[in-house]
Amino acid sequence: MSDTSARAVIVGAGHAGGSAAALLRQYGWQGPVTLIGSEPVPPYQRPPLSKAWLKGEGNFADLLLRPAAFYETNRIDLRLANEVTEIDRSDKTVKLSTGEHAAYDHLILATGCHARPLHVPGHDLAGIVALRTLGDADRLRPLLRQGMRIAIIGAGYIGLEVAASARILGADVTVIERESRVLARVASIPLSDFFQRRHAAAGVHIIMDAAVEAFGGVGGQVTAVRLADGNRIPCDVALIGIGAAPNDALARRAGLACDNGIIVDLATRTSDPAIRAIGDCTHRPLPLYHRTGRLESVPNAIEQAKQVAADLCGRPPPAPEVPWFWSDQYEVRLQIAGLPFETTETAVRGDPSAESFAVFHLAGDGTIQAVEAINAPAEFMAGRMMIARRRQAVAARLRDVSCSIRELAT
Amino acid sequence: MPKVTYVEYNDAEHTVDVPIGTTVMRGAVDNNVPGIDADCGGECACATCHVYIDAAWLAKVGLPVPGSQEAAMLSFAAVAQPDSRLSCQITMTPDLDGLLVRMPEGQH
Ligand SMILES: Cc1cc2nc3c(=O)[nH]c(=O)nc-3n(C[C@H](O)[C@H](O)[C@H](O)COP(=O)(O)OP(=O)(O)OC[C@H]3O[C@@H](n4cnc5c(N)ncnc54)[C@H](O)[C@@H]3O)c2cc1C
Ligand code: FES
Repeated sequence: MSDTSARAVIVGAGHAGGSAAALLRQYGWQGPVTLIGSEPVPPYQRPPLSKAWLKGEGNFADLLLRPAAFYETNRIDLRLANEVTEIDRSDKTVKLSTGEHAAYDHLILATGCHARPLHVPGHDLAGIVALRTLGDADRLRPLLRQGMRIAIIGAGYIGLEVAASARILGADVTVIERESRVLARVASIPLSDFFQRRHAAAGVHIIMDAAVEAFGGVGGQVTAVRLADGNRIPCDVALIGIGAAPNDALARRAGLACDNGIIVDLATRTSDPAIRAIGDCTHRPLPLYHRTGRLESVPNAIEQAKQVAADLCGRPPPAPEVPWFWSDQYEVRLQIAGLPFETTETAVRGDPSAESFAVFHLAGDGTIQAVEAINAPAEFMAGRMMIARRRQAVAARLRDVSCSIRELAT
Repeated sequence: MPKVTYVEYNDAEHTVDVPIGTTVMRGAVDNNVPGIDADCGGECACATCHVYIDAAWLAKVGLPVPGSQEAAMLSFAAVAQPDSRLSCQITMTPDLDGLLVRMPEGQH
C-alpha cells in the first residue's frame, strides 16, 4: 500500500504540479513535498494571460493558483527559478540547475509544454514573441496599444484570443494562418466560420492559406512578415501562436517511454514505477474514447493531479472526467466538452448569426462524442453530462430548438 | 475577517477566513478545503465550484439571477438543488460573516 511519509518531488510548478502538491496535502500525504519550477513565480493560471491579464484586467493575486504563503503553510518546499536538468533513476535523485540534488521516493513530472518555435529567417528579431508564460505576457502587454500593428502567426485559440484582446486595446491586428480556416485543428467548420466572421467584424485582418517565409527587420527589430506568395505584412510586433509541444526531453533522456508526451496510465504511472507524469506533458488514456492522446487544458491538469494524489495516498481513483475546454474572445464564450473522435454527423442547434448556438458531434450509433457551445452554457453542461453518460441522440431532435435541451438530456 | 464554514459531503467541517472582496470559491481553494475543483479559476465556465447554501443564509446570499450564465450552468450541474450556487460567483461581504455552505458528493 501507499507510504504517505515518503518523499515526493514534483518537477514543474505550473497548473498540474501546483495542484498535485496541494492535493497531496489535502489527501493526507505526510512526507516531504518538494515543488521545483523553472519560472520565478509560484504556480499561476495561464488562461488569463491571453484574455483578462493581457487587457490589463485582474490582479496578480487572482492569477496565482494559491496564495504565495500557501506553500509554507502546507509544508510544500517550493523552489522557484530552478530547473531540473537530469533524473538519475537508479539513485532516485534529480539534479537542479543550481548543482544541488533532490532525492525522491516518488517523482512527479509536470513539465508542461513550450510554444512551438517558427524557424524561418529572421525569427530571432526583437519584437517576435510567443505566449506561454507570465513573463511572455508582461512583455507583450505594453506592445498592444492604439496604433500598434501586431501580426499573429497561427489562428489557434491563443492566437485568436490575443487577436481579440489586441483589438479591444486598439491595436491593428493581422492573423496569418496556414490552413484554409481558423481553429482548423481544434474546432469544427461551423465554429471556424463563426469566429472568422466575428474577428472580421471586429476589424481583424485574416489571411488564410498563407505560409510565413521570413521576418524582415530594421536594426534588429521586426518590421514585417514575408509570406511565400510574396506578400509583405508590416508589423511592430509578431506573435508566434502555432501550437505547443510537450516538455518531455528530460523524461526521454532518462529513458522513460514517450510518444508525443510522456506515456502514462490512468493512475499517471510512467514506465518507471517510481515516476509519474501529469498535465500537458503527458500522453494519456482517454477512457471515454478508447484511445490515448495528449490534452492541453487546465481541466486535464487538475484531473491528472487528482489521479496522482489519489494513487500515492492510497485513495480510490477519481471517476474519469469528460475532457473540456473554454475560450473567451470579445464577449463570446466558447465551451467545448468531449472530443470529436469517430463522428459521422454534426447537429447545429441554434442560430450562429445570433451569436448563441451549439454544435453536437455524433458517432455512427448516435452517441454524443463532443459539443461546442457558443454563448450556450446550458447546451454545454447538458452535452457534457450526455457525453459522460454515453448518451445517444437523434441529430434532427438536437437541431430542433422547439425541443428543449432539458427534454433532450433527460 | 469574515468566516465561512464549508461542510464536505462526509460532514467534515472547515471554518476559514475569507477576505472581503474575494469569492467563496477562493476561500476554499486558498485554504485547501477539499471538495471544490474550480477548474476555470472563477470564470463561471466549469461549474466545479458548486455548493449548497445553508437555508439560514439563502436570503442573504440570494439565488443566481434567472437567465444568467450561472443559472444556465447550474441547470445541468450534477446533483443541482434549489439552493445550489457556484461559489466563484459569491463575493464575500461583511454581511456574509458566518456563512455556511455544503459541498456536493462530486463536482463532475
Ligand atoms: C496563453 C494561454 C491561454 C490558455 N488558455 C486556456 C484556457 O482558456 N482553458 C484551458 O483549459 N487551458 C488553457 N491554456 C492551457 C493551460 O494553461 C495548460 O493546459 C496548463 O497550464 C497545463 O498545466 P501544466 O502544469 O501541465 O503545464 P504548465 O502550466 O505549462 O506548467 C509547467 C511548468 O513546468 C516548468 N518546467 C518545465 N520543465 C521544467 C524543468 N525541467 N524543471 C523545472 N521546471 C520545469 C515550466 O516552466 C512551467 O512553469 C492556456 C495556455 C496558455 C499559454
Ligand atoms: S470556478 Fe469555474 S464556475 Fe466557478
